Amino acid sequence: MIHITTEPLNPQEVTDQVRKDSNGAVITFLGTTRDSTEGRRVHYLEYEAYQPMAQDMIRQIFQEVRERWDVQDIAVAHRLGRVEIGEISMVVAVASSHRERAFEAAQYAVDRIKEMVPIWKKEVFEGGEVWVGSEEESSKVARS
Amino acid sequence: MKVRVRFFAIYRERAGTSKAEVELPQEATPTDLLAELRSLYPSLPRSDSVLIAVNSQYADPHSPLHEGDEVAFIPPVSGGLV
Repeated sequence: MIHITTEPLNPQEVTDQVRKDSNGAVITFLGTTRDSTEGRRVHYLEYEAYQPMAQDMIRQIFQEVRERWDVQDIAVAHRLGRVEIGEISMVVAVASSHRERAFEAAQYAVDRIKEMVPIWKKEVFEGGEVWVGSEEESSKVARS
Repeated sequence: MKVRVRFFAIYRERAGTSKAEVELPQEATPTDLLAELRSLYPSLPRSDSVLIAVNSQYADPHSPLHEGDEVAFIPPVSGGLV
């Protein structure tokens, strides 16, 4: 399951997608919006995606996970648009017969999503706004 | 040849649009396209850390484009800090 939506996310739904009687371990990661970054007080976030490439890249990550850990059951949900502080922006659920694989696969999937899926995050904070990961953000950090 | 361009995030904001269509010579590459776009949209970010996607797949910026290709500029995604 890959669910990209402007609606609030339901972690239980994502978790339920990966549960099977053959799975003994289920890891659900929630990415939530923090109220501060690098000393900036954040008001809210905005997410933007390049669809359908975002879906294609998540599918590719599923394939990578399946090949490395023989973990078949993975589900991802990501929120787009405005997300308020403390809300859930991403859910990644991974299930396996054994917990070591589930933990590792979940971490890998989360890191890979953040590394290469074309979804961008804009932080609107006290005094301005910035696209996270951009050069503009690095120069703001350097100056502060 | 005509290619379609998609702008996102900071590129979209600086260009003032999310889409464009550009006429390019045959064999032009994404690097050539970006040079052309910088003259059309002078406020585009100057950085080198943008990735290129052609038809929704990450692509080599030096591979020639084809008529009708959709080229997206992928500025750094929210990856950042662990």
